[in-house]
Amino acid sequence: MNARIGHIAFNTFREAVRDRVLYNLIAFALLLSGSAILVGQISMDVERLVVVNMGLTAVSLFGIVIAIFIGIQLVSKEIERRTLYTVLSRPVRRWEFIVGKFFGLAGTLVVNTFFMAIGVFAALLYVAHKFQKPDGWILVALYFIILQFLIICAIALFFSSFSSPLLSAVFAFSLFVIGSFAEDLRNFAAMTKGITRLLATGLAYVLPNFSSLNVISSVAHQQSVSAQLILNNTAYALLYAATALCGAVLIFERRNLK
Amino acid sequence: MPAIEIQGLEKTYQVGFWRKRPKRALHPLQLTVEEGEIFGFLGPNGAGKTTTLKMLMGLVYPTGGSARILGMDLNDPRVKAQIGFLPEQPYFYDYLTAHELLTYYGHLSGVSSKDLPKRAEAMLERVGLRDVRGLQLRKFSKGMLQRVGIAQAILHEPKVVFFDEPMSGLDPMGRREVRDLMEQLKAEGKTVFFSTHILSDAEALCDRVAVIYLGELRAVGAVADLTSGVRGRVELVWQGTKVPASLKALGGECHVTGDTVRAVFPEESQDMALEALRREGLRLISLVPVRTTLEEYFVEKLRKPEKTAGAIA
Repeated sequence: MNARIGHIAFNTFREAVRDRVLYNLIAFALLLSGSAILVGQISMDVERLVVVNMGLTAVSLFGIVIAIFIGIQLVSKEIERRTLYTVLSRPVRRWEFIVGKFFGLAGTLVVNTFFMAIGVFAALLYVAHKFQKPDGWILVALYFIILQFLIICAIALFFSSFSSPLLSAVFAFSLFVIGSFAEDLRNFAAMTKGITRLLATGLAYVLPNFSSLNVISSVAHQQSVSAQLILNNTAYALLYAATALCGAVLIFERRNLK
Repeated sequence: MPAIEIQGLEKTYQVGFWRKRPKRALHPLQLTVEEGEIFGFLGPNGAGKTTTLKMLMGLVYPTGGSARILGMDLNDPRVKAQIGFLPEQPYFYDYLTAHELLTYYGHLSGVSSKDLPKRAEAMLERVGLRDVRGLQLRKFSKGMLQRVGIAQAILHEPKVVFFDEPMSGLDPMGRREVRDLMEQLKAEGKTVFFSTHILSDAEALCDRVAVIYLGELRAVGAVADLTSGVRGRVELVWQGTKVPASLKALGGECHVTGDTVRAVFPEESQDMALEALRREGLRLISLVPVRTTLEEYFVEKLRKPEKTAGAIA
């Protein structure tokens, strides 16, 4: 990574920390500890399943909300407040700015997820009293959640490069919801014919596939995740995020900063 | 080699949502600024000053023409290491301290990590913010932010500095400090290009100025040349507390302030006025021709639209 991208990324991370984005961890901790205590009292033999399911879903949702609401403002806020002018009047290329912002937000989410993961394991330990070997798959589920964050960060940044924050939020959130049902869209495409099939198949390939990145349920049931899936998901997420990022750069390169 | 060479730079925006129509923000602009000059870019709000500066900074793309800074094309990546920019009413990352902000910008400008801490300290000292170096910018006043803005613009020792309305919103002391700083930059051999609509600042500072209005260049020249027109009147100042009837009869505009009288007469009445003063035994303090002020010149230029703008440099 070139040094300028690193400095922009670090500054984006610092902004998130100082604007108290990581305070969401407090809400997360309260939610998880409260639930763990409750689950410990009312569940019979399924404490582990409930805590893992709920914990990982919370990690995913908290992260998605942060990724969308910070991501959509990454460019527009800099233009609105004119902070971008003093950055781009230096030897900083526009693509470096976009890529730096992406890494800054991605870094924030990784740190956030790290602390949340500690919370999930702590809650699991509280209700189950000990870890079991299949609990290691929780780490894979967390890795997939981070891959989801990379995609959603890049998508939010893409919309942010040309649209208003409100519209960007609507677009990015819609894509997340639709992408979460990507498998259903593919099944629907397989059942239809003609132009509908063509459209549905096209959409299924263009829209992000978040459902294959969601292994929370199987991990909660202590099922394993294949190495092939890990490899495929990694390649898919990196490629999708890179494509969205390239789109953001292409649009931003042509934009007049009025 | 000129510091800035603008050749036919123009900008037309497409406005309207459904039916796009062109709106010209800047007509083809020809302008040359020599190295070591303090150059004032004057015009009322909405004249096209900021658009021009944004095009020179690569923030807005021109629809025509070109520009060179220190002989390099605007698209040359080396240009940006040689320029500094202070935007109008700057707003910085308010979660940073002044020192952190300068360090961040220093890194982006390619200042070596070894030199940067010292350079940032020296810059804060220079703009009088050393004591608040650790304070977050969200707690800064407007004047303090303007100083931070100037510090970030000159931190990497650029050869050409662009200031967009640097005195806007500053109190008289702040304006004086900015003026002093610009003069220091000139003394260091840097070229200063600044836009303003505060004419007194331009008059006091600039080697040359350009007047722009409705996106068109109306005039370029040294302030002294632009304001050298004698307006056919003379100003007499003498010691006294009243205006004798013989002087009143000459039709001058007289103002008594304390024990001095200031009167402006038509040039042809000058000898008669002096004779009258001598007869009354009043002590003459000064006699000067009334010259055009930059403000009068500016107002006059904005009143007369010129279709053939742009060919002066």
